[in-house]
Amino acid sequence: MTVDVPGMSEGAKVSPFRDPKVRALFFQILVIVTFLAFVYYITDNTITNLEKRGIASGFDFLTQNSGFDIGIVLFVDYNAQVSTHGDVLLIGIINTLAVSLSGIIFATIIGFIFGVLRLSKNWLVNKIAAVYIEVVRNIPLLVQLLFWYLAVLLELPNVRDSAKIGESIALNNRGLSFPSIVPEVGFWIIPVAFLIGIVATVFISRWAHKRQDETGQPFPVITTGLGLILGLPILAALVAGMPFGFEYPTMGRFNISGGWVVKPEFMALFLGLSIYTGGFIAEIVRSGINAVSHGQTEAANSLGIKPSITMRLVIIPQALRVIIPPLTSQYLNLTKNSSLGTAIGYSEIVAIFAGTSLNQTGQAIEIIALTMLFYLTISLIISVFMNWYNKRIALVER
Amino acid sequence: MAIVRTERHPDLPPPVTQTGVIGWLRQNLFSSWFNTILTIVTGYVVYHAVYAFLDFAVINANFVGTSRDDCTLDGACWVFIKQRFGQIMYGFYPEAERWRVDVGYVLGAIGLFFVLSNVVKSKIWPAVYLFIIYPVICYFLFYGGLGLEVVETSQWGGLFLTLVLASVSIFVALPLGIILALGRRSEMPVVRMVCVGFIELIRAVPLISVLFMASVMLPLFLPEGMNFDKLIRALVGMSLFSAAYMAEVIRGGLQALPKGQMEAAKSLGLGYWQAMGLIILPQALKISIPSIVNTFIGLFKDTTLVLIIGLFDLLSVVKAGTQDADWLGLASEGYVFVAAVFWVFCFGMSRYSIWLENQLHTGHKR
Repeated sequence: MTVDVPGMSEGAKVSPFRDPKVRALFFQILVIVTFLAFVYYITDNTITNLEKRGIASGFDFLTQNSGFDIGIVLFVDYNAQVSTHGDVLLIGIINTLAVSLSGIIFATIIGFIFGVLRLSKNWLVNKIAAVYIEVVRNIPLLVQLLFWYLAVLLELPNVRDSAKIGESIALNNRGLSFPSIVPEVGFWIIPVAFLIGIVATVFISRWAHKRQDETGQPFPVITTGLGLILGLPILAALVAGMPFGFEYPTMGRFNISGGWVVKPEFMALFLGLSIYTGGFIAEIVRSGINAVSHGQTEAANSLGIKPSITMRLVIIPQALRVIIPPLTSQYLNLTKNSSLGTAIGYSEIVAIFAGTSLNQTGQAIEIIALTMLFYLTISLIISVFMNWYNKRIALVER
Repeated sequence: MAIVRTERHPDLPPPVTQTGVIGWLRQNLFSSWFNTILTIVTGYVVYHAVYAFLDFAVINANFVGTSRDDCTLDGACWVFIKQRFGQIMYGFYPEAERWRVDVGYVLGAIGLFFVLSNVVKSKIWPAVYLFIIYPVICYFLFYGGLGLEVVETSQWGGLFLTLVLASVSIFVALPLGIILALGRRSEMPVVRMVCVGFIELIRAVPLISVLFMASVMLPLFLPEGMNFDKLIRALVGMSLFSAAYMAEVIRGGLQALPKGQMEAAKSLGLGYWQAMGLIILPQALKISIPSIVNTFIGLFKDTTLVLIIGLFDLLSVVKAGTQDADWLGLASEGYVFVAAVFWVFCFGMSRYSIWLENQLHTGHKR
């Protein structure tokens, strides 16, 4: 028996208003039109505004003379009289990368130490780690930065009364100064030896891995590697007859000349960033280690594996899988947070390029766009690298 | 044979060294020689650190007085905070009008209490009050109008401004974030592209650059004559920024729902918005509440960045205070105080989020 359902028999004709495809198409066209109209509206306004205020556009300003001094310049030459806004951009990028990279390394070390301490069976140690994590994570980074800079580093004694270790390492309100290494003829052999040490360690670790897979014989890669990386340069230096000298900082009444000086701005930003991010990384490490099921430890114990090896070969590799993705976003956060250096006068990209250069040229759109482009690129590079690393250590399933 | 014992020997109490204070100490502090050394060394360090801090903040500190000269400067000079307290709390809000801010706090606290606690079963009326009626009241109360004297936003400041920034941003960011999250999961490629582009762009750049953009570029984007004040520009920047983060949090909640929920809703004949509004979003939002609270904590901490674009929030009022010629050299006191205020707020919120998580996970607890 067939039942006639009214409306169904003639091939389900749907009115175009109720057809999902038509609706989707209509809606998307609406979105495009609105979006384009919005872009047109603001572009039009911007052009009128720029003309009215007499602000130039385009990227010519990058070749114009900047004419202001920069507090911290690393690796490149900068001179306010001849250097351009393009150089300012470059220095901003170098300074941002310098503080971010050193911050990432130090934050990772702090984070892993406190993450493990947080799991300690010793009540006191455990609670100290907990207090550190809870204090650091719940206070805004900017407050911490200003505290380190204005309340700690700038309150240090002045040059004359600086705190000294030996005669040449001194800490005062101008920064931390220590002797610089001055290369002499034949200095190149030391960095070369260092590089050879790294390459050799990579090969040895591969060989050791292979041998362990085949024969089960372990090889002390870490000690050998450290020995090679540190020992080879020292050996090279001895063989070449110490091809370098030291330049010691000399303390004047108010200033220090010679030697290397870590400026308080850099130190404050570096300390603030790594201590703040370290707290977050510690939580990530703790939860990553907790995520490895207890059966893994028990299984390793029942096989008679030493606790230190259990940690290194059983727990950590599995915990890393949980740790890496959130760690990536912490690294990204640290890099983005380095922009807060502008509040304490560290010469990073936002402070000197999106700050001083912008005020001088008035070309807000180009400068903000370039700054954002820089951060976009960095974010992209870090996430691509960490995704690659994550894939490498990911669980290999059948 | 009389040596056979007929009754059971009563259970002996566990050895004293295994229970009570001594047992706890042995287990947690002195379980091995290594632990003992660790305990003694860290105990020594902690004792000195805590003592040094107490020495600074309490023992040698000065609480009484009216100026810097009343402080001995052996310890903290809390007189500074006391003298500036009004400014730290309200900024340059006229003193005669500060009661309005307090009334606003009380009204908000009442609404928050009913929404956040589980005193009342249905949260609809508290929510309507907090999210619709309360903002309107606040506008007239804080800004002025309806017979109240107008207080320009340039006079707002201190903790009050911090709270305004955080709550307005979250109030705008939440609905915007929901729309962006839905857009990102939409099947329409154009809508998806626009949403992904916005979210990823904002998340890749630091908040400062967004704030700079809002404060420097927004005036360029708008037609001549249309000009917002500084606070509104900062609010636009902060709201857009947190909307992108909120969108990702809510997307996480949406992804956690099994596909069957949407399919079941569709098979019942619900349309997209009906299914979203009645079936999907209530569940997705419920799972993501703890993460929303965490995002809010982040946003609350980030409000300090308005210092860089020249607004007088809690941090910048204190910073300005420490640079006052009458109160030089009191940076530690100022920043320790600000840190303590932020810590209380953020720690409280994070505890609330943990409590909430436990409340919501009743079904899965073992």
